[in-house]
Amino acid sequence: MEALIVFLPLVGALVAGFGGRAIAGHKGDLFAQIVSSGLLVLAAIFAWITFINVGILAHDAADKAYTINLLHWVAVGDFAFDWALRIDTLTAVMLVVVTSVSSVVHIYSIGYMHHDPSIPRFQAYLSLFTFMMLMLVTADNLVQMFFGWEGVGLASYLLIGFWYKKPSANAAAIKAFVVNRVGDFGFALGIFGTFVMTGSLGFDAIFAAIPGIVEGGDAGQTFQFLWMTLTPQEAITCICLLLFMGAMGKSAQLGLHTWLPDAMEGPTPVSALIHAATMVTAGVFMVCRLSPIFEYSETALTVVTFVGAMTAFFAATVGLTQNDIKRVIAYSTCSQLGYMFFAAGVSAYPAAMFHLFTHAFFKALLFLGAGSVIHAVSDEQDMRKMGGLAPHIKKTMVMMWIGSLALGGIGIPGTQIGFAGFFSKDAILESAYGAHTGIGMFAFWMGIAAAVMTAFYSWRLLWMTFHTPARADERVMAHVHESPNVMLVPLYLLAIGAVFAGVVFAPYFTGHHFAEFWGDSIKILEEHKALENAHHVPVWVKMLPLVVGIIGIAGAVWVYRSGLERGRRIGEFWGPFYQFSLNKWYFDELYNFLFVRPAFAIGRFFWKRGDGQTIDGLGPDGVAKTTAFAAGRLSLLQTGYLYHYAFAMLIGVVVLVSFYLLAH
Amino acid sequence: MMFETSMIAPALPEIVLACSVMGLMMVGVFSPEKQALSRVSFLAVLVLLVIGVLVIATGSETRLALHDLFVVDSFSLFMKVLVIIAAVLALVMSDGYIRRESMARFEYPVLLCFATLGMLMMISAHDLISLYIGLELQSLSLYVVAAFRRDQLRSTEAGLKYFVLGALSSGLLLYGSSLIYGFAGTTNFAAIASGLAALDHAPTGLIVGLVFLSAGLAFKISAVPFHMWTPDVYEGAPTPVTAFFAVAPKIAAMALILRVMLGPFEDLIAEWQQIIWLISVASMILGAVAAIAQTNIKRLMAYSSIGHVGYALMGLAAGTKDGATGVMLYMAIYLVMNVGTFACILSMKIKDRMVENISDLSGLSKTRPGMAFALMIFMFSMAGIPPLAGFFGKFFVFRAAIDAGLIWLAVIGALASVVSAFYYLRIIKVMYFDENDDVIDKIDGKSMRVIMILTSALVLLFTLAPETIASYAASAATSLF
Repeated sequence: MEALIVFLPLVGALVAGFGGRAIAGHKGDLFAQIVSSGLLVLAAIFAWITFINVGILAHDAADKAYTINLLHWVAVGDFAFDWALRIDTLTAVMLVVVTSVSSVVHIYSIGYMHHDPSIPRFQAYLSLFTFMMLMLVTADNLVQMFFGWEGVGLASYLLIGFWYKKPSANAAAIKAFVVNRVGDFGFALGIFGTFVMTGSLGFDAIFAAIPGIVEGGDAGQTFQFLWMTLTPQEAITCICLLLFMGAMGKSAQLGLHTWLPDAMEGPTPVSALIHAATMVTAGVFMVCRLSPIFEYSETALTVVTFVGAMTAFFAATVGLTQNDIKRVIAYSTCSQLGYMFFAAGVSAYPAAMFHLFTHAFFKALLFLGAGSVIHAVSDEQDMRKMGGLAPHIKKTMVMMWIGSLALGGIGIPGTQIGFAGFFSKDAILESAYGAHTGIGMFAFWMGIAAAVMTAFYSWRLLWMTFHTPARADERVMAHVHESPNVMLVPLYLLAIGAVFAGVVFAPYFTGHHFAEFWGDSIKILEEHKALENAHHVPVWVKMLPLVVGIIGIAGAVWVYRSGLERGRRIGEFWGPFYQFSLNKWYFDELYNFLFVRPAFAIGRFFWKRGDGQTIDGLGPDGVAKTTAFAAGRLSLLQTGYLYHYAFAMLIGVVVLVSFYLLAH
Repeated sequence: MMFETSMIAPALPEIVLACSVMGLMMVGVFSPEKQALSRVSFLAVLVLLVIGVLVIATGSETRLALHDLFVVDSFSLFMKVLVIIAAVLALVMSDGYIRRESMARFEYPVLLCFATLGMLMMISAHDLISLYIGLELQSLSLYVVAAFRRDQLRSTEAGLKYFVLGALSSGLLLYGSSLIYGFAGTTNFAAIASGLAALDHAPTGLIVGLVFLSAGLAFKISAVPFHMWTPDVYEGAPTPVTAFFAVAPKIAAMALILRVMLGPFEDLIAEWQQIIWLISVASMILGAVAAIAQTNIKRLMAYSSIGHVGYALMGLAAGTKDGATGVMLYMAIYLVMNVGTFACILSMKIKDRMVENISDLSGLSKTRPGMAFALMIFMFSMAGIPPLAGFFGKFFVFRAAIDAGLIWLAVIGALASVVSAFYYLRIIKVMYFDENDDVIDKIDGKSMRVIMILTSALVLLFTLAPETIASYAASAATSLF
């Protein structure tokens, strides 16, 4: 059954991609949609069964974590590993997230993409992505994980650039690929380093070897990295940081985040599936999966916390001022990923995974809702040209409200009442506080600041879109319509998740008995008690997120209650800060200046000067020119006069004779 | 003096050929004018085939005849078979042409047979005197054939040029021979060889004689700088004559050079190696570069043959048995490629004239795909693209040169073959990618088509068993050492 979960999407991708029109003729589009969606729904059902079996029902160690070997993949001396499916609670959670969101996105796409001329290709890419993502989360060793990691990168590239006739889409696709390459470089180095240190690539073997290395199994053992000589402890830190670099790229953390907002060039279902719910969370998953390594490096954990907290804060500030509806949500995603990372950084991996789980539902809901809005206003994405949509698309509006409430983390502390985000986000903030470390406190306050802004930009989005007076022209307004049921039903399903995922699963994921639920899939050292302490934080810590959330909401409503004018004036008042936020802290400009333009300049130099003028000029072109010139000259020699020919022969004899005489 | 059969038996094929050719002349003269050509042509082909059988029947055992003027061995057998094949194919190919182009006179096949006789003599020469006699018999016939279209200015010009320059080269050759005779005291190859072996140091005069001799021979294979006649004669002579020129005399003259250099002057290899090296390099480069500027396909083939001779000489420059094998193999493959190419050229007509310009070939792939394909095969093969036969020809001589330590020769050869690929590929490009303005007419002729299919099949399929032919050549080469 576990193998079916993984491979049904692949079958869907192949059938939809290659077989659609061949099997079903002119109905190929519909066929591709039904086959790929149907197979994914099936996979999702199996995933839920697996999740309940492994996570909730099972109590024996053997049932909580097992490995299904598919085949021997590589066997070269010590360098040996299988292609296997590792099933434990961590994987099961990811299976549920991936297949659930993916199947609703598949169904939603039937409606959203119905004008598109290449539907089978789209469905095939979506299914291919799902397969790769499942490959990543079921990996039993680092290489298989890397395979899935690169596979989702490929699918992401293909889907961002799906409308390949749009130059901006192509640029965004390339940007996503290149920025991820930076992270993947670190990830690959981390994998090499792990192999060097532990002599293995399988997770079980690595995890078993790490404690021994830390305690100095081989006294005086050192490792070389660049110019540095590292003790075992430092080497583990080094590996963790390299692996985290991969996670930063994939999960768009501060520094390597620039690709994510641009990735919104892809179709909206893609943004929901890949750039909100699943692929971008792969970095979080990776850190949690490798918790048995990260746990042994305080330095690495501190870095993870710091980067996560900074990202949460940074992305929230940028989200405040963006005008493209999808970009707001994209920065929100970036910010929420920051939350997950700093949770992992304080060793509250369950909280990180819980937020990953709930976030998948409400963020996919927000994206698909945004898609529904965009669909309604004739593909307009700029919120300044929306407004007044509430009466026309009520159902979509309600869905967006639910998504925003979940994102804002609204709920009543101390009770079991609240949206999904309430449970997971509070768990994270409380864990950060409960870590009782300096960096934990830093993360906590950054998280609180981000929470205010999250609430603000979410309600700014709601008001600008639905509740302010209409700003679109009449033609667009006349055409505003509610989306068809094939798009709305997926929204309802996600809304159920956004409302109930928190309350139902909180006791399992982060409750008092979280250790039973997670089994051995997550390792937390004894001295890291952030999550346990989270249950015993002061009341003000429990109340603060809600309070700041309400402040944020109130602020947004106050500013935008009667239109954009007040917002504009506030922006002018805060001039430089407003510009700083609007221009995303000038990261793109900085990178353009530091990397992109020098790279282009170097490239152009080598191309024009190096290749064109020097190599081609002296090489192929020059030689060809010389040859053609010589050919012309040589045929001039062929005068046709007999005495010239005879003369040439005699000269030849003279030359040969003198050549001989001189040579001796 | 006793008359012994063993004294003339090895030369029997040549003697039979000489008598038959004179008989053919009688047949021609006494036949009705209208039937004379077809009758003589048919008989000539028949005679040549019989001679071929006789040559093979004579065997590959090394035997001397005619007072040591004449030698038969496995080398001569191999080369003679090639020459006879070339002559037969040339006769068959020219049949239609000479009828259409008003040169239908029965002397044509007769002259070709005389030339063939001269070549067979050259291949079997074992003395400077018999060498010269064979060479002159061949050359005189060819002078006449080149000018066979007396009514056409270009043809007569070609014949005249060839004659004058040929006479000059004969002079050089004779002067060289007399120098050699003066210093060695003999004209017999075996005697020269044993005389040289006895000397510590070869006299300079002898070497100068050898240089003159090689100059005369280089003229016959149109190696640089004695090549100047080639483009003009190839262009001016009637096309079937060009086809014959391009193949048979080259093979015979190459055989002669091998025989002379590796026979009597084997001990002087250090001396002549550099000269051959120089000639080889010059021929390869000139053949590659000068051909680029050509627009006439016959002139192009002339430069192409100059280049090919350069490659073949690379094997001789190596001076080893492998080198000789390479040369023989190269000439065999060269024969097949050239005959095939000329068969293509000879069976195309455009607006009532023969196809002579490269641009005439444009769009051939659409109008006559089969022919275009065959021509493409030949061009790729001449450029030396694997797995076609031409590649193996080059491969064997290159390997021999490298084994003999002539790395630079091989490097220059490789570079030259890159340059030469340009004009071979250009023909393919013209055939396949250029638009055609005029339709190329088909010239019917079963024999042409058979030749084309046969030669292209050989070129294509050589790769399946390169070692079989190579082993023939290798065993033939042993008799030179």
